[in-house]
Amino acid sequence: MADLTTDFLGIKSPNPFWLASAPPTDKEYNVRRAFEAGWGGVVWKTLGSEGPPVVNVNGPRYGAIYGADRRLLGLNNIELITDRPLETNLAEITRVKADYPDRAMIVSIMVPCEEQAWKDILPRIAATGADGIELNFGCPHGMSERGMGAAVGQVPEYIEMVTRWCKQYYDKPVIVKLTPNITDVRKPAAAAMRGGADAVSLINTINSITSVNLDTMSPEPSIDGKGSHGGYCGPAVKPIAMSMVSEIARNPETHGLPISGIGGITTWRDAAEFISLGAGNVQVCTAAMTYGFKIVQEMVSGLSQWMDEKGYTSVEEVVGRAVPNVTDWQYLNLNYVAKAKINQDDCIKCGRCYAACEDTSHQAIAMSEDRTFTVIDEECVACNLCVDVCPVEDCITMEAMAPGEIDPRTGKVVEKEYANWTTHPNNPGAVAAE
Amino acid sequence: MSSPMTPGIAAARLPQETLAENFDDLHAAFAPHEAAVAADRCYFCHDAPCVTACPTDIDIPLFIRQISTGTPEAAAKTIFDQNILGGMCARVCPTEDLCEQACVRELAEGKPVEIGRLQRHATDTLMAKQRHPYDRAPVTGKKVAVVGAGPAGLACAHRLAMHGHDVTIYDAEAKAGGLNEFGIAAYKSTDDFAAREVDWLLGIGGIEIKPGMRLGDELTMESLTHCFDAVFLGVGLGGVNALRSEGEDKDGVRDAVDFIKDLRQTGDLAALPVGRDVVVIGGGMTAVDAAVQSKLLGAQNVTIAYRRGRDAMGASRYEQDLATSKGVRLMFNAQPVAIHGNGAVREIELEYTTDGGSGLKGTGETVRLAADQVFKAIGQTLTTDGGLELEGRKIAVTTTGRTSRAGVWAGGDCASGGDDLTVTAVAEGRDAAMDIHTFLMG
Repeated sequence: MADLTTDFLGIKSPNPFWLASAPPTDKEYNVRRAFEAGWGGVVWKTLGSEGPPVVNVNGPRYGAIYGADRRLLGLNNIELITDRPLETNLAEITRVKADYPDRAMIVSIMVPCEEQAWKDILPRIAATGADGIELNFGCPHGMSERGMGAAVGQVPEYIEMVTRWCKQYYDKPVIVKLTPNITDVRKPAAAAMRGGADAVSLINTINSITSVNLDTMSPEPSIDGKGSHGGYCGPAVKPIAMSMVSEIARNPETHGLPISGIGGITTWRDAAEFISLGAGNVQVCTAAMTYGFKIVQEMVSGLSQWMDEKGYTSVEEVVGRAVPNVTDWQYLNLNYVAKAKINQDDCIKCGRCYAACEDTSHQAIAMSEDRTFTVIDEECVACNLCVDVCPVEDCITMEAMAPGEIDPRTGKVVEKEYANWTTHPNNPGAVAAE
Repeated sequence: MSSPMTPGIAAARLPQETLAENFDDLHAAFAPHEAAVAADRCYFCHDAPCVTACPTDIDIPLFIRQISTGTPEAAAKTIFDQNILGGMCARVCPTEDLCEQACVRELAEGKPVEIGRLQRHATDTLMAKQRHPYDRAPVTGKKVAVVGAGPAGLACAHRLAMHGHDVTIYDAEAKAGGLNEFGIAAYKSTDDFAAREVDWLLGIGGIEIKPGMRLGDELTMESLTHCFDAVFLGVGLGGVNALRSEGEDKDGVRDAVDFIKDLRQTGDLAALPVGRDVVVIGGGMTAVDAAVQSKLLGAQNVTIAYRRGRDAMGASRYEQDLATSKGVRLMFNAQPVAIHGNGAVREIELEYTTDGGSGLKGTGETVRLAADQVFKAIGQTLTTDGGLELEGRKIAVTTTGRTSRAGVWAGGDCASGGDDLTVTAVAEGRDAAMDIHTFLMG
């Protein structure tokens, strides 16, 4: 069985699966249960300054998006940072860390954008024995209205400034958690790096309204008839998160900056994908909130089995393996030609590929009297929509054409050589190939 | 009180509670959550095979999607647009041979989307909460006679009334509904559903039912064609084929349809007598319905004897399995040759058969089964042809139901073409109505 031990910023954990800063890590009771279930580490739910804690709404905090069979695909929340006294949290963190020295214990923090506020809290966190801190610059609701959370994360200069304070007053690793509610995630990541951050973690949740109650005309979750945007997470945000992780991983300015990947990780496969795109470990929340802490056991066994099958002996070997293959559109090989192929033995004759292609794409699938569906190579542009709508996995596949064959759609020979848009004759800005 | 062991034909073989349980809904209605889960399984196929398989062409993917988006009433409207008796069809259709057999998930997983139960969920929901959902077109002044208040006649009448014609339905029975009311197994139409459905259907207005009027007796084709602008015959098959076996007239030998009719009309199942050793002759749905219900009433031994092999049986494999699951024995390749007994039946003698390709033949070898009750379910026959041309043993009709006589249409079991199913009768009645409408509005 592959060794899943992870060393992230010098912080060791038995596996790369950490629980993200969120309701599951709000108190000692939950965190002990999480560690017993097998989680490699936790990021404790965000602490605020000393004094009266924040208050939460007393109505629904979550809204959801469902797939078939009411499978939860997306969750949003309007919960704030911990609403328990600072002293209580610090005492609990100290106890739990002492009892689980082999697990990663990171403390998430969000205090006002004043140097003194950070200077006050950091020594107290250091005293707990926690392994590091995570700066919550991502929370998009409530706290951002008070100049914290995403309000900081959206201004690279603030990120840099606060990160620098933290590095100055705290001597263990500092992770900066980024908000996706910006246009270019590379900017805040670079700012964190300039401020001296040891790592970034992303993504935090996305501004969202999950639904509208059509009787009361109130957004959900609804508090006494009114709703506020919440932070969106869960499987639905995974593609957005992975793109952002990959942007930071392949940006020359931030390349090599350790990343803790977050966003919709539900299975071992999701985790492996994040890791391949440059994440050194992953953080999970919604999957645990949906299924309970036990899911980590599937994540551990699955990742381990896959690594064994592929011959990887450590998580570190996988980190960033897919990054070199993330490129700009202009560098994609335009000489690569594929065609859809329908496996008639697997086909259940639902005709969804036909409807999708005929109505919305390239009219490249033929339907016979007896409901046999076949690809018309002369029309197929290999767009993949048929694959995406087919209910049977691998029934429709995209088959690459071999160089030398003639593409029936264009009548042109499939070229062996790579050629992209930058040299394409249709590109007005094309440069001659050297 | 008697018991299943009591010899002869006896009532009250089972306690009331057991009888109530036995005759409860065969498939209970879906609760909303169950309906949501079942609806989620539909793939919304293109040119869906289930629709092609439905004799009334209900847009099944659309109505299931309407259920899954929380609008079962709209789903019901989709169903009723094509099949006004969609509520009954949801209960009695052999979906395993029709839409559900064609479902791509049957091919994919051997487990089709439960279309019949979803249809029932939609139709029950609308029928429970809404007045009749269709409005009549302005009255045309045209008058149409419909003979037979079964599925074909009711579907025809409703469609005609919707288009503004005034319809008079004549039926030989005291109650409307035809086989829906008198012919279907009780556990498929519980809570007086057939009668409730007729009442609901009549909510369209413009339909008058005249019971106790039989074609050939109180009614003649001459008077009908004289008094009405058009006539539709949906008289069904009123006769039952004879066994043509020695001893067929002995006590205890009955038509299965009469037994089923008694069952449907009784207010007290415990009062219904049934044999200890029951043998049903036949291989169709009527045979299964009679056999299963005999068992459910408390008969000790129930056997269906069918003269051909299993594959030739008219009842679907699903119905066969239902019968065996209730304890009915299926006996194939056995035909009755004699019924023995002194006054009342005591034994039935069956001859084994074989079919070597040149037709069914008796092997000469016989077997006797104890029997104190024998039900005949070997097919029904047309009793009133109204002087119309026949095709085989049924009234000859065109695809839109026109008979050999101008101004007279026919549909359902009495007419040629199509299977003898409720859903087929509905389709034929509906299509004839549209043709009549075109004819009348010329």
